[in-house]
Amino acid sequence: MGMATQTQFHVLAVDDSLIDRKLIERLLKTSSYQVTAVDSGNKALEFLGLNDNEEDEERNSSVASDDQQVRVNLIITDYCMPGMTGYDLLRKIKQSSSFKDIPVVIMSSENIPSRINRCLEDGAEEFFLKPVQLSDVSKLKPHLMKGITSKETKSNINKRKGMEEIHSPDRTRARYSELEVV
Amino acid sequence: MDLVQLQRQLVDYKTSLYNEGFLDEQFTQLQELQDENNPDFVVEVVSLFFEDSERLLNELTKALEQQSVDFKRVDAHVHQLKGSSSSIGAQRVQKVCIAFRNYCEEQNIEGCVKCLQQVRHEYSLVKTKLESMFQLQQQILSAGGSIPM
Repeated sequence: MGMATQTQFHVLAVDDSLIDRKLIERLLKTSSYQVTAVDSGNKALEFLGLNDNEEDEERNSSVASDDQQVRVNLIITDYCMPGMTGYDLLRKIKQSSSFKDIPVVIMSSENIPSRINRCLEDGAEEFFLKPVQLSDVSKLKPHLMKGITSKETKSNINKRKGMEEIHSPDRTRARYSELEVV
Repeated sequence: MDLVQLQRQLVDYKTSLYNEGFLDEQFTQLQELQDENNPDFVVEVVSLFFEDSERLLNELTKALEQQSVDFKRVDAHVHQLKGSSSSIGAQRVQKVCIAFRNYCEEQNIEGCVKCLQQVRHEYSLVKTKLESMFQLQQQILSAGGSIPM
C-alpha cells in the first residue's frame, strides 16, 4: 500500500448493532469500498489513533501518515449508541486537527428534524435514515472524491522525495482547495 | 415434487409473506445484496436477527418482571429490536415495537406486558415462516435448481 494513488476508498463504519454493521459492510463492499466496522465511538477513535491527549494525537497522526497504517476516507456512524453517540463522535472528529477533514455521515432510525439539522450544522455531510439503502451509499461518492486532491498531493510529498520541488506548487494549491472545501 | 413445482411454491410463499405484512421492501433489499461472492448473506443476517431477538425478548421479560420496572431500560431493548427488525424487513415485529415504545413512554406496565406477548408472537411467526422459506430454497438448490427472486 505504498502507492500515492489509492485504488480503493476506505470507509470506517461505526454501529453498536451487529446486524446493522453487517448490513452497512455489505452495502459498502458492494459499492467497492474497503470497510472497517467497529461497534463504538471509542473503538473508532482508537482505530484512527485519536486519543484525548493532544500530544498523542500528533505523534499518532505522524506515525499514521508515514506508515499509511490508518487511512480513512469517510466515517459513517450510527447516531444512537451507548456511551459516545454518533453526534459526540462527529464533534470529536471535527475538533481534531488531524481528522477534521474526513467526511462524516450519520445514520439514524429516527426521523427527528432537530437532530438531523444539528448534525448537518456541526459538520456531518449527510444524514441517512435507517435502514440504509444502496441509493444512500451512492451519495457518498462526491464526498469521497472531494478529499482526493488534497490527500493525494500530501501523500505525494511524503512518498516522492525526488520530486519535491515540482510538487510544492501543488501543495500550495492543495492548501487553498482545502480552505475552499472548509 | 419436481423442481418447477418447488420453485413455484417458493414464489407463492414469498408473495404471501409480503402480502400478509410479515416482510417488507427491506427484505427485498437484503436479497439484492446477495450474490455469488456472498451466497449466504440473507441467511446470515436473518440468523443474527434470530439470535439477537431471542436475547432481547429474554431481557424484556426479565425487565418487566422487576418489582420496580425500569422503563428506560425496557425502551432501550425495544428500540434495539425495532431497529433490527426494520433492518431485515420484519414489518409486523417492527410495528409492535412502535406501539411498545409508546407504552414505555407512558410508563404503562400493562400495555408493555401486552406488547411483549404480541412481539413474542409476531417474532415466532416470522421466524417459522423464514425458516420454512429457507428450507424450500435449500430443497431447490439441492435439486440443482436456482432460486427465483
